[in-house]
Amino acid sequence: MFCEKAMELVRELHRAPEGQLPAFNEDGLRQVLEEMKALYEQNQSDVNEVKSGGRSDLIPTIKFRHCSLLRNRRCAVAYLYDRLLRIRALRWEYGSILPNALRFHMSAEEMEWFNHYKKSLATYMRSLGGDEGLDITQDMKPPKSLYIEVRCIKDYGEFEVDDGTSVLLKKNSQHFLPRWKCEQLVRQGVLEHVLS
Amino acid sequence: MTEELDLTGQDSDVGSEEVVLTPAELIERLERAWMNEKFAPELLESKSEIVECVMEQLDHMEENLRRAKKGDLKVSIHRMEMERIRYVLSSYLRCRLMKIEKFFPHILEKEKTLHEGELSSLSPEELVFAKQYMANTETYLKNVALKHMPPNLQTVDLLRSVPKPDLDSYVFLRVKERQENILVEPETDEQRDYVIDLEEGSQHLIRYKTIAPLVASGAVQLI
Repeated sequence: MFCEKAMELVRELHRAPEGQLPAFNEDGLRQVLEEMKALYEQNQSDVNEVKSGGRSDLIPTIKFRHCSLLRNRRCAVAYLYDRLLRIRALRWEYGSILPNALRFHMSAEEMEWFNHYKKSLATYMRSLGGDEGLDITQDMKPPKSLYIEVRCIKDYGEFEVDDGTSVLLKKNSQHFLPRWKCEQLVRQGVLEHVLS
Repeated sequence: MTEELDLTGQDSDVGSEEVVLTPAELIERLERAWMNEKFAPELLESKSEIVECVMEQLDHMEENLRRAKKGDLKVSIHRMEMERIRYVLSSYLRCRLMKIEKFFPHILEKEKTLHEGELSSLSPEELVFAKQYMANTETYLKNVALKHMPPNLQTVDLLRSVPKPDLDSYVFLRVKERQENILVEPETDEQRDYVIDLEEGSQHLIRYKTIAPLVASGAVQLI
């Protein structure tokens, strides 16, 4: 039956839980496009038959193929668009640099879209005033406490705290530090927020 | 709390109204804009003046904190205040961006057909972002799929394919200014439209479409 492959693409995404990005089904998309080409060519020749040979009995078949073409297009575009939405979510979840595992699931064009999106977002955030603008991908949750418990995952060295004293950030050491001082280091992966 | 800081000589001008707001009033306006934006199904008017003033405010607070005595207890409390303000501002801007991305064809179409005196719902920077988002997505779809399709099927009307905001969704609101004779349209054919009055201070659960202009004017607050 027509549009089977297109439906498969849609089902594939429907099955993937929100936020997950399965590998780009290049083969599947290619098959949908090939089916569309075949349907179109069959329709073209049938339309000629109708016009020159008066074969108006072909009209229902032509209409049916046209509907299949529209459905194929709708499924293909839905598949691609939904993937873009998932990729967009990755920027907000992981930051500008995506983990390798995810990058392998993206096509080259998707990567390009992602890069354009990143740049657009960065330009917007910079325009928000002040010297560097405002990074709205931070502060995702309302701040609950002033100080947080952190564990050091990498050796960092001396770290100065507000009242002039400094702390030695050595791997596996745990500290109770002001939240705003740590945020940068948590993002960089030097510190890890310990949730008790 | 922010008034305790040394903020002499800092006045916040709000647009062409030349209204001078205290920091507390500014933050209150930000919180109201934030709640309205969170609960409204469509993108509301851009409040760039508030955003600008709050950014300035945060800069001032940062300045003052840097000059303050280290280890002073007040420093921690003001820090917390700053974090809260930054959270509200970020959340507000994030909410707007999400709506812009979700409804981009409709929002950009509306921008094209703005009438005299109508206010844009996008700040200039948001407009640039929206246009870039649209161009990026259109180019991608064209290159990956559409240009490989039969000639008569190569354009997709995004206005028809991308869903519009659901203005019939229900919202909670609190009435700030008394309103009379609000026309409530029927939802089903069996119902008839009726008229209600909104008393000041009362709270309601109502379809967004009915009270959309009141949100814009500030007569009601979404909660």
